[in-house]
Amino acid sequence: MTTEDRRDRSISTLPDGLWTQPTPSVPVDLGDDPVRRQVVPAAMRYNYSPGLASTRFLRGLAEKRFLGERCPETGEVYIPPRGVSPVSGLPTTEQVEVGPKATITSFCVVHIGFGVNAPPTPFVSALFLPDGAAVSLYGTMGEVPHDEVRIGMRVEPVWVDDDQLTESMENIRYWRPIDEPDVPAEQLKGHM
Amino acid sequence: MRDVAIVSVAQSHHRRSAEELNEVEMIQPVIRAALDGVGASISDIDFTCSGSSDYLAGQAFSFVMTLDAVGAWPPIVESHVEMDGAWALYEAWLKIQTGAADTAFVYSYSKASPGDLPRVMSRMLDPYYAGPLWPDSVAYAGLQARAMLDAGVTTERQMAEVAHRNRESARTNPNAQVVGSPSVDELLAAPMLSDPLRVHDCPPISDGGVAVVLAAGDRAREWAERPAWIRGIDHRIDGHQIGARDLTTAPSVALAAQRAGVDGAFDVAEVHAPFSHQEQLVLDGLGVGNGVEVNPSGGALAANPMMAAGLIRLGEVATRIMDGSAGRGVAHATSGHLLQQNLVCVLEGGD
Amino acid sequence: MAGNRVAVVGVGQTRYAAVRDDVSLPGLLREAVFRALADAHMTMDDIDAIVVGKAPDFFEGMMMPESYLAEALGAVGKPLFRVHTAGSVGGSTALVAATHVQSGVHDRVLTIGWQQQSVSEAMWALSFPIPFQQQLVAGAGGYFAPFIREYIRRSDAPDHIGILVALKDRLNALKNPYAHLHEPDITFESIEESFMLWEPIRYSETCPGSDGAIALVLASEGAAEASAASSGVPPAWIHGTAMRSEPATASGRDQVNPVAGIECAADVYAQAGITDPRRQVDVVEMYVPFSWYEPMWLENLGFAPEGEGWKLTADGATEMTGDLPVNCSGGVLSTNPIGASGMIRFGEAALQVRGQAGDHQVDGARVAVGHAYGGAAQFYAMWVVGADKP
Repeated sequence: MTTEDRRDRSISTLPDGLWTQPTPSVPVDLGDDPVRRQVVPAAMRYNYSPGLASTRFLRGLAEKRFLGERCPETGEVYIPPRGVSPVSGLPTTEQVEVGPKATITSFCVVHIGFGVNAPPTPFVSALFLPDGAAVSLYGTMGEVPHDEVRIGMRVEPVWVDDDQLTESMENIRYWRPIDEPDVPAEQLKGHM
Repeated sequence: MRDVAIVSVAQSHHRRSAEELNEVEMIQPVIRAALDGVGASISDIDFTCSGSSDYLAGQAFSFVMTLDAVGAWPPIVESHVEMDGAWALYEAWLKIQTGAADTAFVYSYSKASPGDLPRVMSRMLDPYYAGPLWPDSVAYAGLQARAMLDAGVTTERQMAEVAHRNRESARTNPNAQVVGSPSVDELLAAPMLSDPLRVHDCPPISDGGVAVVLAAGDRAREWAERPAWIRGIDHRIDGHQIGARDLTTAPSVALAAQRAGVDGAFDVAEVHAPFSHQEQLVLDGLGVGNGVEVNPSGGALAANPMMAAGLIRLGEVATRIMDGSAGRGVAHATSGHLLQQNLVCVLEGGD
Repeated sequence: MAGNRVAVVGVGQTRYAAVRDDVSLPGLLREAVFRALADAHMTMDDIDAIVVGKAPDFFEGMMMPESYLAEALGAVGKPLFRVHTAGSVGGSTALVAATHVQSGVHDRVLTIGWQQQSVSEAMWALSFPIPFQQQLVAGAGGYFAPFIREYIRRSDAPDHIGILVALKDRLNALKNPYAHLHEPDITFESIEESFMLWEPIRYSETCPGSDGAIALVLASEGAAEASAASSGVPPAWIHGTAMRSEPATASGRDQVNPVAGIECAADVYAQAGITDPRRQVDVVEMYVPFSWYEPMWLENLGFAPEGEGWKLTADGATEMTGDLPVNCSGGVLSTNPIGASGMIRFGEAALQVRGQAGDHQVDGARVAVGHAYGGAAQFYAMWVVGADKP
């Protein structure tokens, strides 16, 4: 085989798709418009269980509190807790209140949101490390121009009105800056 | 081929709905118990493989959450199959055969309770011709039962006897969900659910999981006094289109059994037959003959956590070998509707 | 590398596109499968086992579709296996297929990665509105953009590096007849002026969603030699395989330079006898879904010291004319059927060392790296392939 032949073989001589159909033994008139799409409506209902740890966390949110859970091996606090420490595989049962103040560990400016709950664009989507926690929460920033947001910025959550509190992260409308010095970015590595 | 054994098995107490727990909380104690069974931690494990299904969890990438229960830090060598854990065990067994691992950890689980399982299972069908009709998995299985009855391969009484025997056997299984059974006559007096299937012919809906530790050669001997050696393991698949299959046989069972080396005498057989009529198909395919104790655990009729029930069969045989009550056993796992895909494993005690 | 020798002797790809409505699902897969078998000079009868991989089944509305595909893939009476490791799945599927052969249990394994992103809404499938879980209102790019920002902060990289990557990959794609995006009019300015999605990622720096499939035929040493003798094309011998996973959220994780990626690369290089990746690797296919991941992964995979990956891009080292070409195929930035993308990287690496990459061939490539990652930058799969036997 020549080099030339080898180069040509990079593009298969087999054409796209339909050739793999066998020839029908009965004449079939596909018409001018073969079926290209078949729409199959599908709906399924699921009753999700948040689990014990998430339940505790969500109930805490209804009281405007951040309840993380501690890894029995490393002592670090995970939020939102899932009932298990991801580094040790051991159950986390000790609840630890963290925040509400937090530090921005990173962020981006979003110009195309997703889903019905997305704020008007552009908005800042950020990772917030609550004081005392080892990992960050997602959220959005408010009350600050998006080009003034910084890694290391100190923030606090802005909650919905008390009569709108539910057991969900939606209790937090957004986070806003507070008047405290920035945390150096180097201290935030590993906690994003 | 390297000698590889199952050296530890742990299961959840399977139940209809573990509704206060999420999947992570449900599987974590099982994972911990299996590792504790050999006094190991994840750092002693060379390869981890799990089995689960997004459609059961109702979430894409659902297995990512449960990795937390393993404690994958520092990073581990880990893979996942969208199949019953029995196939995750196959991948782990292959890995050990390459020599790249001496120990492996396999776990699988599901919570069927969040969704409507028969409806969810209808998504596992030909998407153009069958899926849009939304046949639920029970009705689908009923087609096979009807074919078997009409061919004289089984009778309603035989099906009821299978259901009765399995659930009575489950009395000695602390993990089983449906324990004990009315008499065969009482079962037959019950109304049809999806003719010719009655409720007793169907598996329960279960939440649960299982975890297993594998080890090779001397490592297995260190970790277990009586390792359950995998002497043969193979899996095969039949066609999907039920109109093109003879529903009164499961050829992939026989093929896998032949390739796995199912011959000679066995003390015990655990077969993954979710519907009562299917047990006979599997036994016929395995060809284990009489004198074998079938499903002392109660089988899938006593507890059927999807994605785990197959691995549980391997675990149940292994447990009996490890505790000395059996010397040689066959375990079977199935996947897909109507016994489409089957895995067979021969397990043996000894050195 | 542990176990028996294994090589890639066949590669088959579909024409990737936003929507492949000219074929049914089996038709799409068979397009890739038959091309791979033809490449390997084999038929379905020669295949001992089939290993399928794809990302979430919610993308197509079919649960465990390989069950349905048993007949179409020639799997009846054979072992059929299904891998799912999130975005890295195409890569890990190829690794599982390699394990099938390395174990000595199987001789000729067909492996397929695929996805039909057009069938359902990918973003929806990726983020169901589960009531008690945080909604990712920023979308997939919004998840990764903060880590890119952190990379830029740490490395002091100039702002335009991402644009250079996107330009390179999209221009390379023009040389790949299978690639999804063919944009002959693309320029630095057209990318710079494209809509900013999640700062600093612009629209033209983002991967598309594609329909498509790729199939590989892996063979044991004897079967590979027989195939090569028949086809006249040398096998791509696998010199190393590695996978690593770490948790999604763990204190101490660094999503900018993940430990799992570093360790995966170190493992695969050790197996392949590579001590100086920058010098010893001829071509790289790495998983870059957003432009800035090229400099990030160059560091993560040991091609550049920490903080200096962007310099390789800026210097043109990763161009096809450079000394470390990256993503000559156009990469994930030009083609992205999620379940297949990892395997496309692995397959393209194999094409390079077999001399089968056509217009995007790197002359004289003898050692190539394939890389895939997934999840929250937590799952890694890599292989090293070479023109020589290990």
